Amino acid sequence: MDLVLLAVGAIFVNNILLAQYLGNCPFCGVSKQLSTAAGMGVAVIFVTTLASIFTWLVYHHLLVPLDITYLKTLAFILVIAALVQLVEIFLKRHSRVLYDALGIYLPLITTNCAVMGIALLNIKHELGFGSMLVFAIASAAGFALAIILFAGLRERLLLAPVPVAMRGTAIALVTAGVMSLAFLGFAGMVQ
Amino acid sequence: MTLKQTLLHGFWRDLPPFRLVLGLCPALAVTAAANNGLGMGLAVTFVLVFSNLIISLLRKVIPEDVRIASYIVVIATLVVIVELAMKAFFFPLSQQLGIYIPLIVVNCVILGRAEAFASRNTPVLSMADGLSVGLGFTMSLTLVGSIRELLGAGTWFGLTVFGESFEPFEFMVQAPGAFLCLGVLLGLMNAWSRKRGEIFVQT
Repeated sequence: MDLVLLAVGAIFVNNILLAQYLGNCPFCGVSKQLSTAAGMGVAVIFVTTLASIFTWLVYHHLLVPLDITYLKTLAFILVIAALVQLVEIFLKRHSRVLYDALGIYLPLITTNCAVMGIALLNIKHELGFGSMLVFAIASAAGFALAIILFAGLRERLLLAPVPVAMRGTAIALVTAGVMSLAFLGFAGMVQ
Repeated sequence: MTLKQTLLHGFWRDLPPFRLVLGLCPALAVTAAANNGLGMGLAVTFVLVFSNLIISLLRKVIPEDVRIASYIVVIATLVVIVELAMKAFFFPLSQQLGIYIPLIVVNCVILGRAEAFASRNTPVLSMADGLSVGLGFTMSLTLVGSIRELLGAGTWFGLTVFGESFEPFEFMVQAPGAFLCLGVLLGLMNAWSRKRGEIFVQT
């Protein structure tokens, strides 16, 4: 039951994009089409899950025993960058279908703060392995949900009579604000 | 670009996060109060100046294929320095900024300047670029933070501005206010640019 609450909390209440502001660059950058947004969402779920597992292991079995936890920023970004590169090579060799679907999003993910942010939050909330896994997947799913919903809205915005100065990123940010307001309605559902 | 142009371009022409739509996350996340915005901006400026300097010095040594990874190592090292220095000297601020300090590593403004400027310019020019863009970023963050703090809490840098009768819009210090404030500011800047006849296309 705790895990269900943790998942619901991570997806809706503390949505990584709309309540914690992580991963906004891809949120504005690759949300112009529903199909690319969905691709990005899936790629982020995939990489976040792997990255969370590896950074958690590195933190608890390497940094803590050696007493060098102050290097976690450096260690985590290296793990994530290396991981993204490896995933790209692996997919290219072994799963052409997946590579064609996710390939172009992978390099962008290295500098996606959602991935690094979730890895850091796992440590900050002092989660065990199981709850870390649930939290990571749910947070990334929250990212995917928000970016897909947002892309749907942006496709409609193209047809809307927006004032010239507000076109593009400006109206996108205001739209994100309204979406965030809607997500605020979930607040208080789970502590 | 000349030194003077380099020193000034970060304040309007390439002002982050408005003109270069990079580095949105800290601009949204830490701007619930003006002093958090200022602190974050200065931390980013420090990292930006030195990452530009180091990357510019190493630009002939770093191989093309692994340049992004090399830049990230340089940036991450500087961020660890900032993180430890903040904990040592500005503990309350570092508690407030929380995970957003380590997240400076993935701030795309820094990587963007490394790739677009420091990798092909001399060390002095690169430092000037870092300083200019960094201070521009600080300015934007402080502005957004001031607006949100004034409207959302009725204070500015922690000092009460409006009297007792002011009912703060709590919405401004929460997540939706951040998006809305940034979006409206961007719209105003676009309108001003158009009025001055600047060619500025934002997709």
